[in-house]
Amino acid sequence: MAISEHVNGGTNTRKSMPSSSALKPDLLNKLSFKTLKLKTKQQELLIRVSILCLVYVLAFITRLFSVLRYESMIHEFDPYFNYRTTLFLTEKGFYDFWNWFDSESWYPLGRIIGGTLYPGLMVTAALIYWALRFLRFAVHIREVCVLTAPFFASNTTIVAYLFGKEIWDTGAGLVAAALIAICPGYISRSVAGSYDNEGVAIFALLLTFYLFVKAVNTGSLAWALASAFGYFYMVSAWGGYVFIINLVPLYVLVLLITGRYSMRLYVAYNCMYVVGMLLAMQIRFVGFQHVQSGEHMAAMGVFFLMQVFYFLDWVKHLLSDTKMFQAFLRITVTCAVGVGAVALGVGTASGYISPWTGRFYSLLDPTYAKDHIPIIASVSEHQPTAWSSFMFDFHILLFLFPAGLYFCFKRLSDATIFIVMYGLTSMYFAGVMVRLILVATPAVCLISAIAVSATIKNLTQLVRAKNKVPQTGSTKGASSAKGSSKGSIDQSQPFQRNGAAALLFGAFYLLSKYATHCTWVTSEAYSSPSIVLAARGAHGNRVIFDDYREAYFWLRQNTPPDAKVMSWWDYGYQITAMGNRTVIVDNNTWNNTHIATVGRAMSSYEDEAYEIMRSLDVDYVLVVFGGVTGYSSDDINKFLWMVRIGGGVFPVIKEPDYLVNGEYRVDKGAAPKMLNCLMYKLSYYRFGELTTEYGKPPGYDRARGVEIGNKDIKLEYLEEAFTTSNWIVRIYKVKPPNNRW
Amino acid sequence: MRKMGSRFGLFLLAISILWAPVLSDLVISKVDRRIDLTSQIARITSTLKVENEGSELVSEVLLAFPDVQTKHLAHLSASSNVGKGKVRGSSNSFTVQPVNPKGMPASLTFYSVTLPKGLGKGESLTFDVLAVLTHTLQPFPEKITQADIQLLVFQETAYYLSPYAVKVQTLVVKLPEARIESYTRIHNTKNVGSEIKYGPYENLPPFSYSPVVVHFESNQPFAVAEELVREIEISHWGNVQVTEHYKFVHGGAQSKGEFSRLDYQARPHVRGQYAIRRLVAKLPPRAHSVYYRDEIGNVSTSNLWSDSMKTELEIEPRYPVIGGWKTAFTIGYGLPLHDFVFQSDGKRLIDISFGCPMNEVVINTLIVKVVLPEGSRDISVSAPFPLKESKETKFSHLDIAGRPVVVLEKTNAVPEHNQKFQVYYKFNSLAMLMEPLMLISGFFFLFVAGIVYMHVDMSISKSSASYLAKLQWDEVQAAIQQIQNIIHRGLVIHDKLEASLRDLSRTGDIQACKAARKAADGSLKELSKEIKPLLAFLQSSQQAAQILPKVEELVAKERDLQERLMVKHSTVVDCYEKKYGGKEIENRVASQLQKITALRLEVDDLLEFIDEI
Repeated sequence: MAISEHVNGGTNTRKSMPSSSALKPDLLNKLSFKTLKLKTKQQELLIRVSILCLVYVLAFITRLFSVLRYESMIHEFDPYFNYRTTLFLTEKGFYDFWNWFDSESWYPLGRIIGGTLYPGLMVTAALIYWALRFLRFAVHIREVCVLTAPFFASNTTIVAYLFGKEIWDTGAGLVAAALIAICPGYISRSVAGSYDNEGVAIFALLLTFYLFVKAVNTGSLAWALASAFGYFYMVSAWGGYVFIINLVPLYVLVLLITGRYSMRLYVAYNCMYVVGMLLAMQIRFVGFQHVQSGEHMAAMGVFFLMQVFYFLDWVKHLLSDTKMFQAFLRITVTCAVGVGAVALGVGTASGYISPWTGRFYSLLDPTYAKDHIPIIASVSEHQPTAWSSFMFDFHILLFLFPAGLYFCFKRLSDATIFIVMYGLTSMYFAGVMVRLILVATPAVCLISAIAVSATIKNLTQLVRAKNKVPQTGSTKGASSAKGSSKGSIDQSQPFQRNGAAALLFGAFYLLSKYATHCTWVTSEAYSSPSIVLAARGAHGNRVIFDDYREAYFWLRQNTPPDAKVMSWWDYGYQITAMGNRTVIVDNNTWNNTHIATVGRAMSSYEDEAYEIMRSLDVDYVLVVFGGVTGYSSDDINKFLWMVRIGGGVFPVIKEPDYLVNGEYRVDKGAAPKMLNCLMYKLSYYRFGELTTEYGKPPGYDRARGVEIGNKDIKLEYLEEAFTTSNWIVRIYKVKPPNNRW
Repeated sequence: MRKMGSRFGLFLLAISILWAPVLSDLVISKVDRRIDLTSQIARITSTLKVENEGSELVSEVLLAFPDVQTKHLAHLSASSNVGKGKVRGSSNSFTVQPVNPKGMPASLTFYSVTLPKGLGKGESLTFDVLAVLTHTLQPFPEKITQADIQLLVFQETAYYLSPYAVKVQTLVVKLPEARIESYTRIHNTKNVGSEIKYGPYENLPPFSYSPVVVHFESNQPFAVAEELVREIEISHWGNVQVTEHYKFVHGGAQSKGEFSRLDYQARPHVRGQYAIRRLVAKLPPRAHSVYYRDEIGNVSTSNLWSDSMKTELEIEPRYPVIGGWKTAFTIGYGLPLHDFVFQSDGKRLIDISFGCPMNEVVINTLIVKVVLPEGSRDISVSAPFPLKESKETKFSHLDIAGRPVVVLEKTNAVPEHNQKFQVYYKFNSLAMLMEPLMLISGFFFLFVAGIVYMHVDMSISKSSASYLAKLQWDEVQAAIQQIQNIIHRGLVIHDKLEASLRDLSRTGDIQACKAARKAADGSLKELSKEIKPLLAFLQSSQQAAQILPKVEELVAKERDLQERLMVKHSTVVDCYEKKYGGKEIENRVASQLQKITALRLEVDDLLEFIDEI
């Protein structure tokens, strides 16, 4: 292809520059053939490899915006826990990590870290760290952790390329790699510093799917085994593996129903399921769930169904009589289904098979969490997705996705069926929960890549057909004859050629828009570490609020090493990682009662709360308050969830007590219980004396835009220990009980 | 504080009991002492006029310090008073050594000042003694609230404590502020502004004492570095990297009760004025890449000014450090190598200042680590004051043997220790190239491995059907590729023919045109010869069965095209020979032209088709 273009180029130049410069194109031809003696295949390979390399680098560097804008630091909440555990792993070694009982969190219960986390991420980062150390690069573990997610994002582009190649062609693979490299839906969880499970999990997810599709396409045991190991890595990295263990059987089931059962499928699924399951059991947090949990039963059911299918196939092969086979089929299917249903029923009834978890339910029924598990519903990333965020995260992919589905259906194969199913199911889940947009992103990118690649391929074919015509006409060059044949070809398809060119231009325009959108989103929206807040000052200058670290560092330096800090669970991981102090509850949220106790303390009157805090050995209470800066995700805005979660366990706390006519307010019209509960007092202590905004009365809350209702707050059992410079974090010391004499 | 005070008194009592005779005939004819208490460091400057009343030559003068003070004595130096300036150069400073003379009270520590010239009979000499004491200012009360002011207590003796008789003496205590809570009054005591004057007192016997206590207000922040680790890393690529790890504590009065941000923000000069708000580090000029961070990340509250004389880094701790609070941080900066590393007779030396670049900071433990480049030998240290020295090894990027590190430790360091020290070492400049070479060879072997992988046949079974088929297919592809190349070359020759025709129309040189045709004819024949064995190979190969018809068609079409071109060429040349008009020529070649165009198109299509396989 490239060579023929060279020839075209040569002749075209000759047409425009008659005879005098006839040497030049010759030189050009000589250059391209003689000096670079590349075969077409090699040229194609060279182009492909260089595109892939560029995409690889691009995927990495676009995620470095956060480092440029802020600094090389760990972001948000969960990454701090991951960082802390990775630090522990690199310092103490794997066995200590595996057996680590962490007494610094969930005081007084503690947490068995090794048995309650997915170690994939930490082990990966530690391995990278040790490898670099072995190669004599004296890097700090923090740098490794910060750059793990971008590194894996880069690797994901390679897998996306391979996957695209497997389901469509190399062109689609390349486009998929390029799309996924900058797709905001993925970048949101994989910028530098976002050291979270998802960073490596998306790589593992896509790798598993790719290897499985490859195994189905080839029927090779080796690929199936590889996909089992990919699955193992995924299980070790993220709880999202449940998606794989349900999607793959669903896919197999669809293939069975549509009559696409083959030996390849049998080999691929059985090997992947059995080996993958055994490997997954090695992860302590997962343990025997593959045989005991309701979420994993679909995979097992399909596994047995496969055996029945195979058996029936064999019987069909033996029996020549179709009638007999029909009868046999009916009996066998009935028996199999019956046995399966009975086994499931008995298992569930006896408690051997655990029922579905709340998170799983809330995926199938989006309203479930709101009614039953407030702790899941309280997390903003568990909310149903708004249309705008789809548009924000996918941009043109949202429109290319259906087009890609069309192309997939047009060329239906085992592989395209898989990607279609992956795309549709993950899109549904993305609609249910904001954070699951992440899972849908690879599918959306792949399917859109098919659309882009197929469209552009068709269009360029049309455009190239047009290009050839003037060349033939011009062979005569200077002579006045204009080939009459050229005119006739021209007239046959004028609309098509121009249309193709216009469409090509349009596609180019859309894709470049996509690229600018992605870059903008990455730099503006997804690079904030949310530990350090940045705002624009009055003169357009950048103002940095570093209050979180100020407070955590104060805790680290100026409180006794065994101090226990009570805060809402959002800040637990950060306090243990940055403040190095024991917390009552943290982001792990494994014990609802404990969290509810904290919620209850926060929503009680001071004296009642003091009793609770005394019983929990609390030394310091930390609250986040945005009234001075207008920071809206503070504890007062989260307070209703504390009431709900607290009230869910302790009926003493009733949500209506804190509302006035169903309205949540903090000003004069607020409910009396609201005005005197611990959270209100701690947030607004001495706030009534502060003038926050010019022209507003003192005690004007900028986050909620009201003047607070209780300006005269006296604390009896607590005292202010520290407040950060912008008042975002306030820490109170719990006073020791009064002397009785 | 009180405990200490009583101890001080007790010990003076002990001295008076253990009254001992004077050992030499020296007499101090005049002492002016000035105690500067404006910062947390107490600086006692004594101007001594010593007179020899005996007959023997005296070359040593003893200075006495009570043990309580010795503990806190960070720096002691004596210098001649001639210069009058406050220069502490080596030229006029005297050697000061701790000594342990016999027959002296046990609770005193003695230092001897060695005079450069012995003091003969009746001669006198005036010199200055600077004693720097840390941790002697005791906050009282020990715990204050945010709204309180910090009050300090300082104890000294109003009479100069000396093993010699003192004829005339005065004492001036300089305080930071005019507000004085209380002070001990003895005779001849005056208070002028922020200064308290004791004296003059005359003719006091040796070991006279009179304890005085000053209780005064001071809102100076007590910046005490519990530990400071300075790491100075030399890279002969042109950089000296200094990294300083501070562990700070506010050593003043402990705070009690609430810390109210509101009060601190609204009335900063009343509430919490003794907090450490900012620290200024005076870095050497041309310092670059300055950073300020702590364990949990970058601290964004800092400013940097630089000019040709100095670089000033103003840092604010994350939070105001009030009494008893701690903070820790790290600052780092790079310095140009040629400013600090020199060469002298075959050795290299780094000449850099020892102490902390911040003003009025007391450092309890100062550890300076000089990291020399990998492969440095013959390391020796020269420092202006005694240090604890040890060695360790540091591993940095691409180190194999590790870098030798000289560790120097000093306790109780004050700004007076901010003097230059030298580390001598030998280092071969060629060793600098080792690490880049390591990197280069690493990548080289990586690429070699890649090439080897690409060119070595890694398949396990060399006789399996699929492997053989693959080999064959590779050969077929190579053959097709060759055929394609030949056809392309043919097409280039076609283009040349066309070009010669155009030349003809322009110049009318028929002979040249003919020659061109002949040459083209020849090379085309050669090409067709080349093609033949390749075609034969393809025909014999099974793998090529699918593609063969297309290839054959391509070759046939190309030959057809060739012939037609020749015909057209010769026709045109003929026409020129016969001098036909342009119209005529066009008519004659028109039919050929159409066919040539069509053929060319077909050939291109076929080439493309084969390409895509």
